[in-house]
Amino acid sequence: MALEQSFAQTPLRPLKSAVTESLTTRIVLIAISLLFLALFLVTPLVMVFIQAFAGGWSTYLASLVEPDAMAAIRLTLTVAVISVPLNIVFGLAAAWAIAKFEFKGKAFLITLIDLPFSVSPVIAGLVYVLLFGGGSVLGPWLKSHGIEILFAVPGIVLATIFVTFPFVARELIPLMQDQGSGDEEAALSLGASGWQTFWYVTLPNVKWALLYGVLLCNARAMGEFGAVSVVSGHIRGLTNTMPLHVEILYNEYNAVGAFAVASLLALLALVTLVLKSFLEFRYGDEMAATAKH
Amino acid sequence: MSVSIRNVRKEFENFPALHDVSLDIKTSELIALLGPSGSGKTTLLRLIAGLESPTAGSVFFGDEDASHRSVQERNVGFVFQHYALFRHMTVADNIGFGLKVRPSATRPSKADIRARAIELLRLVQLSGLENRYPAQLSGGQRQRVALARAMAIEPKVLLLDEPFGALDAQVRRELRRWLREIHEATGHTTVFVTHDQEEALELADRVVVMSQGRIEQVGTADEVYDNPNSPFVYGFIGDSSSIPVQVEGDRVLLGDKRLALKGWSAKDGKAQLFFRPHDVEIVEGGEGAILGKVLASRRVAGLRRVELSVEDDGHVEIELPADRDAPVGSTLGFRPQRFKLFPA
Amino acid sequence: MTAAASSGAGWRLKKPSVLPGFGLTLGFTLVYLTLIILLPLAGLVWRSAAIGPDAFWAIASDERTLRALQVSFGTSLVAALVNVVFGTILAWVLVRYRFPGRRIIDAIVDLPFALPTAVAGIALTTLYAPNGPIGGLLKPLGIQVGYTPLGIIVALIFIGLPFVVRTVQPVMEEIDREVEEAAATLGAGRRQTIARVLLPALTPAILTGFALAFARAVGEYGSVIFIAGNIPYVSEIAPLLIVIRLEEFNYGGAAATGTIMLLLSFVMLLVINLIQAWSRRRYGYGA
Repeated sequence: MALEQSFAQTPLRPLKSAVTESLTTRIVLIAISLLFLALFLVTPLVMVFIQAFAGGWSTYLASLVEPDAMAAIRLTLTVAVISVPLNIVFGLAAAWAIAKFEFKGKAFLITLIDLPFSVSPVIAGLVYVLLFGGGSVLGPWLKSHGIEILFAVPGIVLATIFVTFPFVARELIPLMQDQGSGDEEAALSLGASGWQTFWYVTLPNVKWALLYGVLLCNARAMGEFGAVSVVSGHIRGLTNTMPLHVEILYNEYNAVGAFAVASLLALLALVTLVLKSFLEFRYGDEMAATAKH
Repeated sequence: MSVSIRNVRKEFENFPALHDVSLDIKTSELIALLGPSGSGKTTLLRLIAGLESPTAGSVFFGDEDASHRSVQERNVGFVFQHYALFRHMTVADNIGFGLKVRPSATRPSKADIRARAIELLRLVQLSGLENRYPAQLSGGQRQRVALARAMAIEPKVLLLDEPFGALDAQVRRELRRWLREIHEATGHTTVFVTHDQEEALELADRVVVMSQGRIEQVGTADEVYDNPNSPFVYGFIGDSSSIPVQVEGDRVLLGDKRLALKGWSAKDGKAQLFFRPHDVEIVEGGEGAILGKVLASRRVAGLRRVELSVEDDGHVEIELPADRDAPVGSTLGFRPQRFKLFPA
Repeated sequence: MTAAASSGAGWRLKKPSVLPGFGLTLGFTLVYLTLIILLPLAGLVWRSAAIGPDAFWAIASDERTLRALQVSFGTSLVAALVNVVFGTILAWVLVRYRFPGRRIIDAIVDLPFALPTAVAGIALTTLYAPNGPIGGLLKPLGIQVGYTPLGIIVALIFIGLPFVVRTVQPVMEEIDREVEEAAATLGAGRRQTIARVLLPALTPAILTGFALAFARAVGEYGSVIFIAGNIPYVSEIAPLLIVIRLEEFNYGGAAATGTIMLLLSFVMLLVINLIQAWSRRRYGYGA
């Protein structure tokens, strides 16, 4: 074979790549994906804002400053302010126990923590109605002592904690398991106390994952509908959270009012998504790889 | 099947990975592509396989220009560094995969595919493991399965990309011997990529030394070790030392001192004198020798390794018999017995 | 915390560790878990047991309960199947292709996790109602989505999509390109590689995503009740039936229906865990 002969300048048609589809296939698949997302996810979101502003800015603002709406906003914030920190404390405690120690029944405990994800929100509300309601053992006793749980703020908080229970723990456990206990052992060997180790070593190591979990936990806490609906009693201005207020307005055919309040919740969702994407983009490798919920 | 690579150039987004590379591989030859990372050896292997397409140039299988054949049509057996076994298939299904995906006209029967898989497992000394999943095998076993899978399609050439790179030293040595035996038994034209010179020199019929997208030298283990044709090859394969010298007519000068060296030819001007640390003789008195001051002297097994400073900036290492004393600070004269002069 | 460490060190169920706080954190975890989740759930089961097996069976086999469960499970099944197909395509597009706006698309997939279900519910209803922008387009074709089981499916597709995408996506990202190249060098065309190599490798993840989307859909309430029309025996979902029973102060009926749903979601949870355990054992990776 004549090697000296020059082939070097023949331009070549590139070979079909072995690991991707043809350009046509790729375009079709991207188009299908975009269309599907547009149809089921994007248009509803856009619809919220279109409807909210259907009556113009003044109507929109009027719907928000109306006393019942303000009461609903206040209640929603109150519920989140109580339930999210409780779940943070729980998440940190559970992650510490599960990730830093080896003990029997650990896998079962993790399953139990995940349990609320697979329980219908309506059932999350139902269990508290059965526990504290009129037909229960506790109900009459609570009533005679003037303690209101059901159809009052405590019941709403309990139901919210139930449905948001696993969010923080779920983000922290896999990450802390991956990180192991080396850093903590080093800190202890250098003379740090347990609290110092936790505060200066563990917490900084998991801060982004924690923030991520808190973000999701908060979004769900403020937006929960089914569980809260069952325990709230729907008392206007008193036990109506924002999602419940949306429902009432919508059922009264006050579409603009309903969508105005809904637009605040949608805005919260958008902020959550932006922060979440930012965290994933910026600190993805510092967070748990399996962020499923 | 012989393989011929003709004037192949490859650029990745304007970064040149291969510059005008040509290479002839003979039928049944076992060839090593040896070079540091970034030398283009894996790119060359992937070009032969059709996993990459060249920016220019062509690849011939036998007399046929295969440049426009897709990877599926080239019928090459490719073994990946990390095995790339199909995790959801048993060992037998992995090996039979290449036969199973053939068009129905040329596809063997299920029983034949299975029989072929069993036969290949015997060849790679893994009989009895056909129903295991890759996750249940050791690294060395997985690489054997990967080779069996590549051989199942009766490939024109076998291409192995750092086949033992992910394995530990003991297993590497075993598999090296085993690959040589398989090659002798089957006679496949085989090209493997490695950055381990010991592996290349021990295993290959010919070694292709690559650097920065170019072939530096092609030759047998003896040729590339004893007669390196470039400073790179001299430095990359085996130990070497070098010092800057001046060539004037028939004289080689170190500073203003003439070195008594025989059997060389080089152009006038600055040059680098390359030699192996063990190819030196001590010259008592230092007449015509390279004189160096001993910086350090270490006993290494049966010999003594001595670091010398030569002239002001030169720094060389030589090996002496263990019983030859070389106190630090003393001056030592030596002459390379085998050496090469490369213009600097 | 140091005090808790010494008590933790004596715990026989645990391997020794120099880290403090085991007793404190595990104790808190168990107490909190018990009070918030386990005790109330146990109360539910106890209440439905208290009505007696005959009454329980009467509720379980009641026509309206059965129809509601059928609607819930049927629509959830269809929605999860739709999500498996499109969610897998979407995950593939996000993992493999580079196109402008990919990052935004990736973020939008999580919208159903972040958007309150009631908001999604009224928005979808407005869109898909017969007089809505999309519903109006479908009406001439004789398709009514709003206030029919079809509407329930639309809402459940919305709710379930991210479960499939976010389960399949990480597994796709981990697929080694070398495996696809290996298939190609062995002569497999792109379609064969997808059908015989990629899809089987993704099957455990796809099944898990399906099960998660399905389980979520069965319990979904907020996004469904607006669009469903809630016609008994036709488009009434099981969670709504529980709410209706509660409003009738029929606690036994609500408890019994709730227990049935709870049992079914436990079965789903078990199935998901079995898929993952099986996949890990056989292929050495989870889903």
